[in-house]
This record gives sequence, structure tokens and C-alpha cells, in this order.
Amino acid sequence: MNKKPVGLLALDIICLILLAVATYLALGFAPMEANMGNVQKVFYFHVANAWVGMLGFIAAGVAGIAYLRSQDPKWDIVEVAAVEISLVFFLIAIVLGSIWARPVWNTWWTWEPRLTTAAITEMIYLAYFMLRGGIEDPNRRARFSAVYTLVGAVSVPITFMAIRFFRTIHPVVIGSQSAQAQGGFNMTPDMKVAFFFSLFTFTIIFIDLFWHRIRLGFLANKVEELKLKVME
Amino acid sequence: MADKEKPPAHSGNFLKAVFAIAWKDLAAELRSRELLSAMLVFAMLVILIFNFALKLDARTRITATSGILWVTFTFAGTLGLNRSMAVEKDRGCLDGLLLAPVDRSSIYFGKILSNLAFMFIVEAIVLPLYSLLYNINLFNPGLLLVILMGSIGYIAIGTLLAAMAVQTRTRDVMLPILLFPVVIPVVVAAVEASGGFLQGLQFSEVGYWINLLLVYDVIFIAIAFMVFDYIVEE
Repeated sequence: MNKKPVGLLALDIICLILLAVATYLALGFAPMEANMGNVQKVFYFHVANAWVGMLGFIAAGVAGIAYLRSQDPKWDIVEVAAVEISLVFFLIAIVLGSIWARPVWNTWWTWEPRLTTAAITEMIYLAYFMLRGGIEDPNRRARFSAVYTLVGAVSVPITFMAIRFFRTIHPVVIGSQSAQAQGGFNMTPDMKVAFFFSLFTFTIIFIDLFWHRIRLGFLANKVEELKLKVME
Repeated sequence: MADKEKPPAHSGNFLKAVFAIAWKDLAAELRSRELLSAMLVFAMLVILIFNFALKLDARTRITATSGILWVTFTFAGTLGLNRSMAVEKDRGCLDGLLLAPVDRSSIYFGKILSNLAFMFIVEAIVLPLYSLLYNINLFNPGLLLVILMGSIGYIAIGTLLAAMAVQTRTRDVMLPILLFPVVIPVVVAAVEASGGFLQGLQFSEVGYWINLLLVYDVIFIAIAFMVFDYIVEE
């Protein structure tokens, strides 16, 4: 069995340090937001988690297309890794968002484009894993899941466009703010430091987890091969 | 795939194959009437349940009609899509179709045509019935356009996913789970546009939704056309 690469171990440690610093910056260093108080601190990790979810979503779509073009099983492993990470991080982003929304919007949930799209993306991922669970032949499983990731990757942006046509209340902290948004605020320079640092941290965490999960996928394949060899 | 030899593609042959496959489905359905009767009875039951679930009095009807119609079409459509692909798989017809010296995508387009035909027949019966039961005039050219475009988008992606779903172990439950999350744009746009037309809005006011339906139809027919080979390949 191949040992854990040194680079990966180093990345693990870097991730832990970065996460500790990001937590300090978000909770201690960044100033308290005047209107929302402590609950605004959720924002730093909420956006970073949603960002990782997006990265995973895009990576999965790209891996799906790469698989269909090359029929190389390694892209299937990459695709599953990306979908799994994205599934978890979107879920965390939704939960964190809900915690923030309860005091600020006075509700846990609202059918707002970003929330609805994130929820539908989660549904697509769940369907994806059920699809994989229902197919035994590895080649067919890889083909079907690649097709489904592609379909999902195209339909999610259209879903977002469709739902955005309704009025939105989700604040846009970066970029232009819509008039109906509630709970928006302007970031002070210290907040920006904490915010961009946590974005950076979670990007590194994404790379680390992605690496781990792809490595795990290859190892699982190897175990499967060895099992078959033993059985022969 | 690309490495396999493809039959010479003449556009005449392609269309002939598409119509032959669609005609085969329609002829089989004319004799058995399994699929249409199931879809129709199911659609009526859905409307019946909505009647009691939502207490459709005169005021609710105006706003709820477009939603009820699309839920009915969506659910009845899943039934039809599942069935039309399952018969191919069960009796080994799909293998026969794959052996036929035609382009694989002609199977997809043939299936789209027959599924669309079933969908339209169901809609053509449900609409007058709904008008009669609830005393609402549904014969609005705008609404018919929306139903046409919405059905095309729904069937385009539904046929592709149904071909996938019937090849899985949990085939009976797989299709709605795969289909509903990706077909939401169609449902949103179709419900909004139908509601707009029923409330007497002008075409320009629902233009956004019509455009969205058009975009969805074109994109997903193109995607399904490109990837259908991967779905039926053995």
C-alpha cells in the first residue's frame, strides 16, 4: 500500500493552522456589526462554505465532461470526490445561513433564489448517489453519473435564473445590492481581512479534502482489484 | 461511440427511422392502450385529490389552476415516461432497436415523439375536462403555447433520464427522483406563464418565462442528443 504523501500531510497541518487563524479573525479580530451583533459572525464561514460548495459543483461538472470524453475511470473518482465535498459544504452553508436568518430575517427558511437553488442542488446530489447505488456495473455507473452531473450542472444555473425573477431578500455584501435585500451591511477593512482570509482558508481546505477523497477513491479501487485477485 | 462504425447518415433515413420508432410506439399503444389509460386515470385522480386538498372554490381556482394543471401533467408524465422505457427494456426491445442500423440518436428522437404524443393526448383530454368541472375557460392560445413548450422541455429531459432509470436496480422509484430536481425550471416557468395568461396578462408581460422555456427546450434537447449514446451503450 502506498503511504500518505508528505505534501498531503503538510497540507493537513496547514489547514488546521489556517482554520484556527480564520476562527480567531472571524470571532475575535473582526469588529462587531452594529445592527446584527454576534450572529453576523456566521457570515465569514457561511460564505466560505458556500464558496467551497460552488467549487465542488464546478469541479464535478468538469470531471463529468472529462469522463464522457475520455472514458477514463480516474475522472469518475474525481467526480464522486467533488460531489461528496460539495454536498457536505452546501449543507453546512445552508445550516449556517439558517442560523443567521432566524434573527435577521425572522425565519429559518425562505424561498429565495440562493436558498432554493442550494436546496435543489442538494436534491440533485442525493439523486446522484441514489443513481450510483442502483447500478452495479462500474462502467455503466460511471457513464450514467457523468451524464447526470452534466445535466445537473446545466440545469442549476437555469433554475437560479428562473427563481431569481421573483423578488429576492438575500443580501449581496460583495457587488451590487438589490433594493429589497434585508440584512446587508458594509464591511469595514478589518471585516474584509477576516472575510477574505476565511475564503482563502476554505479554498485550501477544499483542495486538501479533494486530494484526500481522490486518493481514497483510488485506494478503494485497488482494494476492489485485490479482492477479485484473491477470489480467483 | 466515435470509434464504432456508424451507418451512413442521410437526413432522409434519419427522419424515416425517427418516425418508424415513434410509429411503433403509437401502434403498440393503439392495440394495448395500457399507457394512455393509466396516465389519464391518474391525471383525473390527481385533479380529484386537489379538489378536496385545496378546497377549490371560485376564488382559489383563479390562482391555483396553473399550478394544479402542471402538477397533474408532471406526475402523469412520469408514469408515461417510465412505462414507455420499461417496455423497451423488459421485452428486450431496446437491444433490438440498438441492433438496427440507424443512428442511436434517432431512437431518442423517436421516443421523444411518441412520448410527446401521449403527453398531448392526455393534456387534450384533461384541459376540456378541467374547464368543464371548474367552469374556467382554458382555451387561451397563450396557455396552449406554454403547454406545448413546457411539454417539450419536460419530455426532452424526461426521456433521457427514463432511459437511465430503467437500467437501474430501483427503476420504479428512480425516475421522479432524477427528473424532478432538474426539471424545476420548466415547472416554474410554465406555472408562471400559464398563470399569467389565465389572468389575462399580455404576451410581453410573460415573455421572460416563454424565453426561459425556449432556452431550456433547446439546451436540453441538444444535451440529450449528445449524451444519449452513452446511456444506451452496452
